[in-house]
Amino acid sequence: MLFWISTIVKVLVAVGFLAQVAAILLWVERKQSAMMQNRIGPNRATIKIGNFEIRAAGLVHSIADGIKMVWKADWEPSGGDHLLYRLAPIIAIVPALCLCAVIPFAPTLYVDHARDLYDPAWATDVATAARSIPMQIANLDVGVLFVFAVAGAGVIGAALAGWSSDNKFSLMGGLRAASQMVSYEVAMGISLVGSMMIFQTVRLDEMVTWQTQHCWGIFVQPVAFVLFVTAAIAETKRVPFDTPEGESELVAGYFTEYAGLKMAMFASGEFVEVCVSSALITTIFLGGWQFPFVQLTGLEFHYLGLNVSWHWAHFIVVLVGFITFSLKCVFLIFMQLQVRWTLPRFRYDQIMRLGWQMLLPAALLNVLVTGTVLLFLNGPTH
Amino acid sequence: MPGKTKVLKKPVRTIGEQSYLLEVVKGLGTTLKHFFQGTGQMVSGNVPDAVKHPLAEGIATISYPEEKRPYAERWRGVHRLTHRDDGSPRCVACLCCSTACPAQCIYIKPGEYPEGDKRRGYERYPVEFVIDELRCIFCGFCVEACPCDAIRMDTGMHMTAFDEKSAFVYDKDKLMSMVSQHGTQKSENPRHEPGEAGHPGIDRLRGGH
Ligand code: SF4
Ligand code: SF4
Repeated sequence: MLFWISTIVKVLVAVGFLAQVAAILLWVERKQSAMMQNRIGPNRATIKIGNFEIRAAGLVHSIADGIKMVWKADWEPSGGDHLLYRLAPIIAIVPALCLCAVIPFAPTLYVDHARDLYDPAWATDVATAARSIPMQIANLDVGVLFVFAVAGAGVIGAALAGWSSDNKFSLMGGLRAASQMVSYEVAMGISLVGSMMIFQTVRLDEMVTWQTQHCWGIFVQPVAFVLFVTAAIAETKRVPFDTPEGESELVAGYFTEYAGLKMAMFASGEFVEVCVSSALITTIFLGGWQFPFVQLTGLEFHYLGLNVSWHWAHFIVVLVGFITFSLKCVFLIFMQLQVRWTLPRFRYDQIMRLGWQMLLPAALLNVLVTGTVLLFLNGPTH
Repeated sequence: MPGKTKVLKKPVRTIGEQSYLLEVVKGLGTTLKHFFQGTGQMVSGNVPDAVKHPLAEGIATISYPEEKRPYAERWRGVHRLTHRDDGSPRCVACLCCSTACPAQCIYIKPGEYPEGDKRRGYERYPVEFVIDELRCIFCGFCVEACPCDAIRMDTGMHMTAFDEKSAFVYDKDKLMSMVSQHGTQKSENPRHEPGEAGHPGIDRLRGGH
């Protein structure tokens, strides 16, 4: 019972949050780019109630955009495949939403012991474990593999959109999206192999546990971090990898023929991808919900000759974990937007070359080096 | 100078630039610096006045309708017809401006002053004076051509956008109602009415040619 209620609540919160995230990120992106470029940014949209005006530093623009999207004529090209045309935006956004299912955003909460000091025995005690809430919607054994499988499905949406809209620009955009995303998925997958070898698991919650006990993934796999972040940005199809949309040559690429809410689904799908990829990077490389030097029992600092042990109640550790995870995600989203407004777009052949000739060999080399080092450290396991 | 060629050196790329990663970090540093500078200015309210200090560090946006960059003194804006002391137009309907106008957008219907008016015989006045501001190319020839300083473009206003073409056709009343950048409807140049000292007193009947 507790399991089902908590799962439904978690799903509602996660999906509800991700559905809103596009509106917020739209504002963040506009305001952030304005600050970077010595501009003021959006500030004109106003909600007027009597003499009272709300401008909320431009946040109202997102509401205005939403209203505009709803009222746009839902135009469809007369040629093309109507079923696939309508299906494509859904296929594009749903995988991105699904990804957040496997990401652990806080340590498991043991309801019966919320005020006690953490005890590792809880996890093995059947009665206690039964009344625990894992802070993760679905605790899958396949973990990272699920991420790759589902993220790979996102490309179908873009390709179908390009194919079904009966427009050469769309088709070119769809083709580019398909080849770019498939290429970068390869590098993305292989860049994580090193991490899996070190963490000895593909489950995301166990990856975080390993990182809390040892050190963050970015320190043991710095090369993989750079490769994964690059590939993740390429997967979101945003600048500097936005050739599938390529405004200067393809109008709007694979969603040229989309209007109104369907177009909004593609646009918000991009923002959801930014969010989810930030959460993934946090989980795999930045220690997930771990605040530096905080263990499940509280603050433990045993370095530099200091011996600090500050024990916290279990629910506080969970709360701190959740806040830490959110802050790390916010930071990574911020950095991704910053990259988007800093770098110029690559040419299409440069993107392909970067994917196949740089990232992929580097990822393979990373696997080789990681394997060699592990072999030397641990010795042959058989 | 024949035979003198300046040889440009091909810029060399260092390994750091070639690897791109380092340059990305540097670029992010620059944009982050601007981001924090701009955010700091917005939050603290210390945004530099982009009108008065256009080259100041930081946010350089002018919030247009509320803030305006002043136009140069001699900038050519929408026309105005200058007034005499009694409020009538200085224009003598000589048609110099409409003749000079390359866009042919000025229409003037000249009229004789009524019998008994002391200006009658010396000069005429515009019964109608119409400028199609949509055809006007703002060359200022009309201002140059005018012998009486009757037409000026010193209003400091650019053409507003209207919904219909007829709104761009400014008639005499509209042109007379415009004021200069400094708020006056007159002209600085002196003018002598018939009978005053300084008026040549030459009219079409007694002109001598
Ligand atoms: S500014 Fe030039 S185009 Fe405009 S009315 Fe005067 S002479 Fe004609
Ligand atoms: S505005 Fe000047 S140039 Fe034009 S008709 Fe009048 S007096 Fe002559």
